[in-house]
Amino acid sequence: MPAAIRTDALTKDYAVGFWRKRPYRALDALTLEVPAGEVFGFLGPNGAGKTTTLKLLMQLIFPTAGRAEILGRPAGDVATRRRIGYLPENPYFYDYLTAEELLQYFGRLFGYDAAERRRRIGALLDRVGIASERRLQLRKFSKGMLQRVGIAQALLNDPEVVFLDEPMSGLDPIGRRDVRALILELRDQGRTVFFSSHILADAEALCGRVAVVAAGRLAAAGRLSDLHAFQARGWELVVAGLTPEVIARLGAAAGRATEISPGRYTLELSLSQPPERLLPELTAAGGTLVSLNPLRDSLEDFFMQRVAAVGRGARGDTPGSGA
Amino acid sequence: MRVIRTVAVNVFRESVRDRVPYNLVAFAVLLMAASYILGQLTAGQDVKIIKDLGLAATSIFGLFIAIFIGIGLVSKEVERRSVYALLAKPLSRSQFILGKYLGLALTLTVNVAVMTVALYAVLAYMGWVQTPAMKAAAELPAVDPALLKAVLLITIELMVVTALALFFSTFSTPLLSAALTLGIYIAGRFNADLRHLDAIVNARPVVWLARAAYHVLPDFAAFDVKTEVVHGLPVPAGYLAATAGNGVLYIAALVAAATLIFSRRDFK
Repeated sequence: MPAAIRTDALTKDYAVGFWRKRPYRALDALTLEVPAGEVFGFLGPNGAGKTTTLKLLMQLIFPTAGRAEILGRPAGDVATRRRIGYLPENPYFYDYLTAEELLQYFGRLFGYDAAERRRRIGALLDRVGIASERRLQLRKFSKGMLQRVGIAQALLNDPEVVFLDEPMSGLDPIGRRDVRALILELRDQGRTVFFSSHILADAEALCGRVAVVAAGRLAAAGRLSDLHAFQARGWELVVAGLTPEVIARLGAAAGRATEISPGRYTLELSLSQPPERLLPELTAAGGTLVSLNPLRDSLEDFFMQRVAAVGRGARGDTPGSGA
Repeated sequence: MRVIRTVAVNVFRESVRDRVPYNLVAFAVLLMAASYILGQLTAGQDVKIIKDLGLAATSIFGLFIAIFIGIGLVSKEVERRSVYALLAKPLSRSQFILGKYLGLALTLTVNVAVMTVALYAVLAYMGWVQTPAMKAAAELPAVDPALLKAVLLITIELMVVTALALFFSTFSTPLLSAALTLGIYIAGRFNADLRHLDAIVNARPVVWLARAAYHVLPDFAAFDVKTEVVHGLPVPAGYLAATAGNGVLYIAALVAAATLIFSRRDFK
């Protein structure tokens, strides 16, 4: 599958300090490839370099070194912008316009005629759930409603690639559910969705692939299922109807036994202890198996480990202080 | 061109919704009040005074709009981050700058046009209530088309000020942009003094600096022909064309410089 987005040693330094300017590396040689038609999660804590990367891809800032391509064209190519959509982080739009007027304005920039603009805007405002507020000035919108307007403007041109910077930010649970559904819908339509987030549950629910950035550097990238940390590291059994003596015996064989309610226990087995070996003894003692699940690190655990690992490498304030 | 026009129309809409029209109401009220009061106080000079007052108010109100909207044209978009979503659309940064400039130029042109119509309406009323003796004594008609020469140069002067404000707003804060634009405007009004500074100052570096400033700064005094048109002095067409041409060149240079700076700017 061809890459929708490609970055090659993309680097960005900022000058910081008031009197004596010194360079600060916000992004350090990011090399990334996002296949077309996938939902790609770009994860990292605040200040990791996620927004910097998105701004470089939109050419809102210029790279110090390296390059970026979208749909095979250099980032910043004006013609390519007809094929992409972008939701900035905490979007702000002209507050003297209504939601409909804003989309009309952007629709004109794409060159759509009046009928086409009406059709697209009507459908989008319905889709993001603010059709009834279409004639309300944006200054009266809540943060969550502005986020929905932001998503609508990002999808106005039916983009092949959609960049969403923290799309769940400011949304209530219903809004988050709606946006998740929307992202999956975009994926099912064959579009590429590149979204940044520090909310790991969103990535787990939506992404085929992820990249984790920390301190401006790529900490890990790949399919969620391929990343070592997400592979099973053992088994967790929930059992019921057993006496403490039986549990003590089973627990000795298992890694750890914990009582979660009277007569109900969890047993954790290592990967080398197949759970089926315990089942005959369990049934013979009159117990029942309530559930059996693989044990694996959550994305959260993985994230923290990688961030800590990269943090130990330390982001220098000077370029080239460590890649 | 469609993209530039779209951006320009949005600037116009913004200025209308930002209550710029209130400025016009203030202008009309000021003129009507002045005409009434002057009618009570002066004998025969009221039409001249209204012409003078009307043209000066057009210039000052326009200057106010040009500076205070001009300085926010780009910096406000960057500060509030509305430029992020906009520049991800199919328009280049130069189209953005040009659209912004033309939008405010359109706002100013409409503003000046409405103020001119208001001025002529007041003058027509004053001409209508004049006695035949007063009419015969007046050197010029109350509704004098020559005023349009001054209006033309005021409009071009305001366009130059807008271009200055836009230029500064591409790289500095609104406050600094306002100070710089106003500073250059004031210095430009005294441009002729800079040229002849050697008559009163001996220090050579200061004279050179003043000469350099004279060549770089726009000569805003040249755009002011209010006294000439009000008192019926000639304003040759050649002078009008040369001054207007000079203004247009200045605008082109400033907008080109603004585009160049903005095209390389990082939005942190």
